[in-house]
Amino acid sequence: MTSIGTGYDLSNSVFSPDGRNFQVEYAVKAVENGGTAVGIRCKDGIVLALEKLVTSKLLKSGANKRIATVDRNVGIVSSGLLPDGRHFVSRARDEAAAWRQQYKAPIPTSSLADRMGSYVQAYTLYSSVRPFGVTSIIGGWDAEAELPVDGQVGSGPKVGSGGKKEGAKHGGPFLYMIEPSGLYWGYYGAATGKGRQIAKSELEKLNLVDGEMSLEQGVKEAARIIYIAHDDNKDKEFELEMTWISAISGPTKGKHEEVPKELREEAEKLAKKALEGDDDDEEEMQE
Amino acid sequence: MNHLPQAWGRPRDDVYGAYDNSHFQTAGPNQHTQSPIVTGTSVVAAKFKDGVVIASDNLASYGSLARFTDVKRLRKFNENVVVGFGGDVSDMQYLDRLLNSLDIRENYASADDPLNAKNLHTYLAKVMYKRRSDFNPLWNHLLIAGLDGEAKPFLASADLLGTTFSSPTLATGFGAHLAQPIMRRTIPDEASVEKVSKDEAVKLVKECMKVLFYRDARSMDKYSIAVITKEGVELSEDEKLENQSWAFAEQIRGYGTQTA
Repeated sequence: MTSIGTGYDLSNSVFSPDGRNFQVEYAVKAVENGGTAVGIRCKDGIVLALEKLVTSKLLKSGANKRIATVDRNVGIVSSGLLPDGRHFVSRARDEAAAWRQQYKAPIPTSSLADRMGSYVQAYTLYSSVRPFGVTSIIGGWDAEAELPVDGQVGSGPKVGSGGKKEGAKHGGPFLYMIEPSGLYWGYYGAATGKGRQIAKSELEKLNLVDGEMSLEQGVKEAARIIYIAHDDNKDKEFELEMTWISAISGPTKGKHEEVPKELREEAEKLAKKALEGDDDDEEEMQE
Repeated sequence: MNHLPQAWGRPRDDVYGAYDNSHFQTAGPNQHTQSPIVTGTSVVAAKFKDGVVIASDNLASYGSLARFTDVKRLRKFNENVVVGFGGDVSDMQYLDRLLNSLDIRENYASADDPLNAKNLHTYLAKVMYKRRSDFNPLWNHLLIAGLDGEAKPFLASADLLGTTFSSPTLATGFGAHLAQPIMRRTIPDEASVEKVSKDEAVKLVKECMKVLFYRDARSMDKYSIAVITKEGVELSEDEKLENQSWAFAEQIRGYGTQTA
């Protein structure tokens, strides 16, 4: 980095002459060392997966979950500084609760992403704070059915003024990724952390744009991608953490939940098999 | 500029002085609920050997006017617990909101051990008692029905004074006078709960709903009924009283237009 030592990288909220905020760029570096996180938007739900690097043999396996639930229907996984990720989730939960207080309904995933984007961006503006050292993937299922609010009295007009538009489609799966700058986009498939390059190229091969990927298939692909992304890093131990959110008619009934153990283990088995298969190919080619 | 996000974009205390919060106050004393406005009538519930049955009608009255006829007064909390609400409907909605946020917070970590009926009764009783101690009661009488920590049937009440009570059969409002004696004929004590099957308990509670419809002028023939067992909650919110017989009404004397 040629700009180190020029003084423009010492304070947040100060631009360098060529228009960069170095503190934000350094925060991105923190993310680049984190375990790989992946989010896939399937036709009937969202899958979130995380390569959780095991930092000590004294940690209980399967404990210390890193993918968090916000409200009932949203999951957040982040890569980078873990405490920053925890704070991000805590703020997201506050936003979701505040939304419920105001509007008597769950927060749409897009609005949550918008509010969290603004929050993260505010941490790039002031010299007294540092930017978030995380990139977070927010996945949610906005209910397609009408949810009861507060044991509401009466059902209101069915159609017409003050009622519903007939045939309008509601809800569905949504996936966003927020970077330390506060930048966020909606994605078909999102990846961050150490193995993001490999993960992104694998995600691109899945043709998620077509919207044909089923949730079960998504779980298997997510596991495979985490295993492939980890491959460069073989000596380090890791745990695969996976959650999903389906439609109300699907397996999680519109809620964000851990992927059941059996399904996760099956996906892991397939992922390992796919990796071994790749290795065999390479060996054959060498011969 | 300090490091507290909640201070960003606000007048700085060190420049403008601390914000005078008295500007927010309105004149006059605080006013609290003196009486309920829109009300639901009885909730009835009975334990049986594998669980609990609970029922309430779907009416919310505005005084004596049958104002809202599709109000669901049984609320499923999770697969273990149903809460039945008698009394003020807006306070019921507040409690529903409270239970919703409780449930959301409970499920942030995937809970192997969800809140059971006993936990929820303790919580709600404390909420009710706190509010009566603030001289601002939530004008409800609640029945909490479900399974306790040992998966045994649990049924208890909490009222607007924070009073708690538990019994194999319970009823709020008019039901406490009209339904309770009927249910006690079949289930007089804790020991007799073991002898009652689900079908018998459902039949008993339905019978009570019918008596209440006959004699309670603030009731309705559409009602909700829930059965909580180890298999989960079966909640039906659109039941109608069957086999009504109004023959007895002919016998009523003393008011109305009859001359003899």
